[in-house]
Amino acid sequence: MSKNVQDHKGRPVVAVTGIGIVTSLGIGKEDNWKKLTGGVSGIHEITRFPTEGLRTRVAGTIDFIPAEPVCAPALSEEFALLAAEEAIAESGVGSKGDFPGPLFVAVPPVEVEWPQRIELASASNAETIGYDDLIRMAETERFAPYYERFLYRGTTERLADKLGTRGSPIALSTACASGASAIQLGVEAIQRGETDVALSIGTDGSVNTEALIRFALLSALSTQNDPPSAASKPFSKNRDGFVMAEGAATLVLENLDHARARGAKILGVIAGCGEMADSFHRTRSSPDGKPIIGCIRNALADAGITPEDVDYINAHGTGTPENDKMEAKGVTTVLGERATRVPISSNKSMIGHTLSAAGAIEAAFSLLTIQHQRIPPTINYQVPDPEIPLDVVPNTARDAKVRYAISNSFGFGGQNVCLVLSGEPH
Amino acid sequence: MPGDARDVLITGIGLVSCLGEGLDAHWNGLSAAKPIVDETSFAPYVVHPIAPINFDLQIPKKGDQRQMEPWQRIGCYAAGLALDDAGIKGNNEILSRVDMLVAAGGGERDTAVDGKILTDLRTAENPKRLLNERLLSDLRPTLSLAQLANLLAGNISIVFNVIGSSRTFMGEELAGVDALRIAARRIAAGQSEIGFVGGAYNGQRWDILLQLAFGREALKAPYQPVWARGAGHAGIAAGSLGAFLVIESRAHAEARGARVYAKLTHIDAARCRRDVDSLEAAISRMLGDVKPRLASGELAVLSSASGAAHATQAERTALGSLEGIPVRATGSVLGHGVEAQFPLNVGLAALAISRGGLWPALDPTGFELPWSGTLKQALVTGIGVWRGEGLALVEPA
Repeated sequence: MSKNVQDHKGRPVVAVTGIGIVTSLGIGKEDNWKKLTGGVSGIHEITRFPTEGLRTRVAGTIDFIPAEPVCAPALSEEFALLAAEEAIAESGVGSKGDFPGPLFVAVPPVEVEWPQRIELASASNAETIGYDDLIRMAETERFAPYYERFLYRGTTERLADKLGTRGSPIALSTACASGASAIQLGVEAIQRGETDVALSIGTDGSVNTEALIRFALLSALSTQNDPPSAASKPFSKNRDGFVMAEGAATLVLENLDHARARGAKILGVIAGCGEMADSFHRTRSSPDGKPIIGCIRNALADAGITPEDVDYINAHGTGTPENDKMEAKGVTTVLGERATRVPISSNKSMIGHTLSAAGAIEAAFSLLTIQHQRIPPTINYQVPDPEIPLDVVPNTARDAKVRYAISNSFGFGGQNVCLVLSGEPH
Repeated sequence: MPGDARDVLITGIGLVSCLGEGLDAHWNGLSAAKPIVDETSFAPYVVHPIAPINFDLQIPKKGDQRQMEPWQRIGCYAAGLALDDAGIKGNNEILSRVDMLVAAGGGERDTAVDGKILTDLRTAENPKRLLNERLLSDLRPTLSLAQLANLLAGNISIVFNVIGSSRTFMGEELAGVDALRIAARRIAAGQSEIGFVGGAYNGQRWDILLQLAFGREALKAPYQPVWARGAGHAGIAAGSLGAFLVIESRAHAEARGARVYAKLTHIDAARCRRDVDSLEAAISRMLGDVKPRLASGELAVLSSASGAAHATQAERTALGSLEGIPVRATGSVLGHGVEAQFPLNVGLAALAISRGGLWPALDPTGFELPWSGTLKQALVTGIGVWRGEGLALVEPA
């Protein structure tokens, strides 16, 4: 057994040996990292569907990867596949179509979408459309492919088929923390000794008419459309909501001892995971910040480190007035007087809020931050918010010594997950 | 109590379905062997309607109830019953450590709104603009939240203050199997002390029937018990039901003096590609793994068979290798509740083990054998309509 392959609790250390990233900035981790540290925005005018009459007209859609039919499950599947293929190839684990471990996938909610409803309605001759008409048409052979496509588990099962993972694949849905939950489940499986490798994916291709309108009805979205690249303004005083976006990231997780034994390149480790659910409200954080604080503290304790060890925070940083205020409060409480000196930046300022994928994408970027010892900026930071006196790495990337990074993910429904990332232990 | 400190014990069960609420209602309803079906409200489809429930009893705030769609209310109600049953409701010290794992599908739609929009789109001059306008004006923000799979868990956190952790697995029967599997493995490995696992399903939904219709999996009237549904008349009779289980390590259960129903001694989940692999062989492999531990004369199989043609037939054939063992498909009586069906049947298995008996058969084909004796082992199957196979073994603690 090589050195430091068990953590402070005697559990196997979980390394990352493959990373794949797809965002509105592009395909592949190199291209993404270059643009992210270059302060490039992937946010643009929406062309996938008409935005006439909508107050929000921008998003970080991925329009350069085809999917058929255009719907959240199909897009999410394509993004996930690209990210998974990149990560698996880098790791050298298994081979194409044969990954010798379990699959955990964070996926967006699934339902039949408007184009399909309209298709069913058009196929029916009824003048007044009801669900009985839609169902009558749905039972015809022509629409049979929609059965598997719109099963809640469909995307995850197809990914398992194509990637050749082992066992029953799990589809995670913990709202905007889903990507982090997928990583956490993989880490736990390796810690239990059930497997030496696991594949954790976060993916989201759900920017469509109704999803956008639903978030708009919750007053969650930025309406500052001009220019699109300036819409996402985490931690700024003039922030006015998040920007919906798409993407995927995949991590190949591996028992460190196993990875070293086969001579794999260690890209980093998942040093700790913390959770705490919030029982205050369906969309708002508890005003006392306790769940966020507790979640971060649980993650630090799981990693066996103290707040003094945290060198960088990859923020959830959505750019909603509420999230950023509560996140700043939580971070400030945990870090104490160090809070103003520890850099915290939001990838979402450039790639938008990738929802179910965000936790995975931002964990991947956090690992790259450690690997390159360079912190991506929070762009669009022109008007500081005096209530958030933190070092948000404004507008320009920065070289820094980062040994431990934490990545926060908070979601509707009281979901809070915090991951602690670090480099290879020596 | 003898046994290992990391044994996984079932210490709380909350059930609600067409049979009513609670354990006695389910025991009595299953013993009566009389299915409760509705063949008219969603004609031509058969559903098992939820029994009348006074939701105030578990969800006291009307405001909370208004924020939920029926599947969430059903689930929340079952969750409350389970926490009561385990004696931990209101115990914030324990609730702050409870690891919740919910199996969920997705939110419910306002089908009347959808229908009106689709009707108006037919004659609209600018249909795309109209769709935007109508969604903006007709969608209720609360519906947006009901749409998220994890909002059943979110509502349980809010109503009952379950906050240790909250994870939702999405999608069909195996989400229920995997939720229990992961929660149990975490407890066995010392990653968790107490878990809260379950799900809910509202079968009385046109949008759910639409989903089933794509696969032509919805049963049309007349109702038949699941094993009697054959060629040309197969399918799922959707059941409205909710099921939650409190499971904990023996060490944790003993320390708090919990009442114990049973022990979960085996749980497995697998998948095969049914287009190329034999489902029957896959089920047989799973049964083979646990077979050396089974004792004829003390064993029953609680089947989650749905009535879907291929899966039900394959399960029946595979179970045929357990000669003389009584099988009971709960779906015949209370319908198929997809994500919630496996947790429901594990709960019923724990109940049957604690009572040492079994309810009568409901099967005109004779596959379900009559049985009397003292039940000491209950094998629970969870074969997905489309994909996935699950199996659990429940034994005395």
